[in-house]
Amino acid sequence: MQKMYSKTSHPEQVNNMAPKDETIRFLLDYSKALSVKRYNNLKFEALLN
Amino acid sequence: MKQDTHTDAVLVSAYINGDESALSHLITRHKQRIYSFIYSKVYNRDVTEDIFQDTFIKVIRSLKRGKYNEEGKFLPWVMRIAHNLVIDHFRKNNRMPKFENKDDFNIFSVLSDGSLNAEKQLIKGQVENDVRRLIEELPEDQKEVLVMRIYKEMSFKEISKQTDVSINTALGRMRYALINLRKVIDKHNIVLTN
Repeated sequence: MQKMYSKTSHPEQVNNMAPKDETIRFLLDYSKALSVKRYNNLKFEALLN
Repeated sequence: MKQDTHTDAVLVSAYINGDESALSHLITRHKQRIYSFIYSKVYNRDVTEDIFQDTFIKVIRSLKRGKYNEEGKFLPWVMRIAHNLVIDHFRKNNRMPKFENKDDFNIFSVLSDGSLNAEKQLIKGQVENDVRRLIEELPEDQKEVLVMRIYKEMSFKEISKQTDVSINTALGRMRYALINLRKVIDKHNIVLTN
């Protein structure tokens, strides 16, 4: 009984999952493009393509 | 420089100081754990991908704005951001994890939309009108009991009091009202279905 109730309905292996390469690439590109400028205690974000 | 052997703290510091490759190492190191954590909550690949992306956008912005205090807790910090975004996702959708349709099973074949569409509403109105007209044709005593029972939702006890007859008589009138209605419907082949 215990086994029945604890059986997951999602057959995919939850522990061995990773994001798509394009997601990683987007994040690395976003990081490169983002620059934070400081001016008199103020911070401005700029996305430079 | 072999960055795979560096601690998170060293990589975070390098990234803050402008070493973009440090971020790549941090993501590579933790992506599986963070992604799996998000998926274990939302059970949807696309949503997981979105939340994973939003998590690291927040991480990148916080690090670049100098908002992160290094206390050797990079992964727990990222997990907390992911956790908060998962909560935001459910709040936005105002529900718990949604059911995922598989190829062999579609939840909508079991569940149906309870509300009627415009056409069905129209038909329902017509059917109700037909029923009212049929009721008008019933003998007065039967009509009275049926209207009280069905439209006014009164109990037979209340009906018997109001019409000044016994409960059995009220029940009998209701029974004959239904029999007579069925007879008329059968006789004239009236269709009363939606």
